[in-house]
Amino acid sequence: MTFPLRESRCFLDHPMNRNSDTISSEIHLHVHDRQSPAITERLRTACVGIAGCGGLGTVVAEVLARAGIGKLIIVDHDVIEPSNLNRQRYTISQIGMPKVKALAENLTAACPCTNIVPVREFITAENCARIFQPCSIVAECFDSAERKAALVAGLRSALPSCIVVATSGLAGIGPGELIRTVRVSDRFYVVGDMQSDMEQSEGLFASRVGIAASMQAHVIIRIIAGVQQ
Amino acid sequence: MKIRLNGQERILPNQRQTVGELLTFLGVRPERVAVEVNGEIVSPEHFNSFMVYDGDRVEIVSFVGGG
Repeated sequence: MTFPLRESRCFLDHPMNRNSDTISSEIHLHVHDRQSPAITERLRTACVGIAGCGGLGTVVAEVLARAGIGKLIIVDHDVIEPSNLNRQRYTISQIGMPKVKALAENLTAACPCTNIVPVREFITAENCARIFQPCSIVAECFDSAERKAALVAGLRSALPSCIVVATSGLAGIGPGELIRTVRVSDRFYVVGDMQSDMEQSEGLFASRVGIAASMQAHVIIRIIAGVQQ
Repeated sequence: MKIRLNGQERILPNQRQTVGELLTFLGVRPERVAVEVNGEIVSPEHFNSFMVYDGDRVEIVSFVGGG
């Protein structure tokens, strides 16, 4: 078993730990002691794309990395601003950094066995197929309704075998229970309450955005585990 | 014609119409939706040429902002 280590920021760098591949594998086994080995093995060989590294993307990426996803392609063009920190999993010291760089650092620190591929690019309907070509599943984690729609159309047209898990309706402080997962077709899921627009609500809160992000990550884990219908 | 729209039967006045006409009829903004007809995605550039016929299964997902 090999787990490609990107630049290591933990004790794996210590000179005593020379055989980092072996150590990495051992860490992997213990990190996932509390989840089914069969599912862990399926997750280890999966590649998932994260389109947008904001309130949704930072949570989906972290949940999947902790569960032991083999490879994550994280994509965003933007830098971290103070107003992101109410819900996006960055730190004060990371303000001004490109989101993909900061997220790659945070994920690598917590989950060195996941191969993180940061891509700092503005995703469009035209370039999404090139960026996400290696992925079997892509999580749409954008803010803008127009960009969500364009990405879904672009991915579904250009990468027909790729499963898209999108979101719609997670703004405001409405009940968390209204957020649900809808299977639109074989390879297209939408998570959200389908209504709560950020422009006509109380804004964006970590609690409700986080519910949607966790449900997005959960349906992805279920698909990879082979239990999602 | 009769189509299945988001899982529900729906009667429409015309015998056939484009996706774009259907979106106008339903009052939804075309730049904020993803449309599938019989399980196939319809790209926005084809909204005004792709025809919907009697018996088609149409899924229209309307996106709202936030993330």
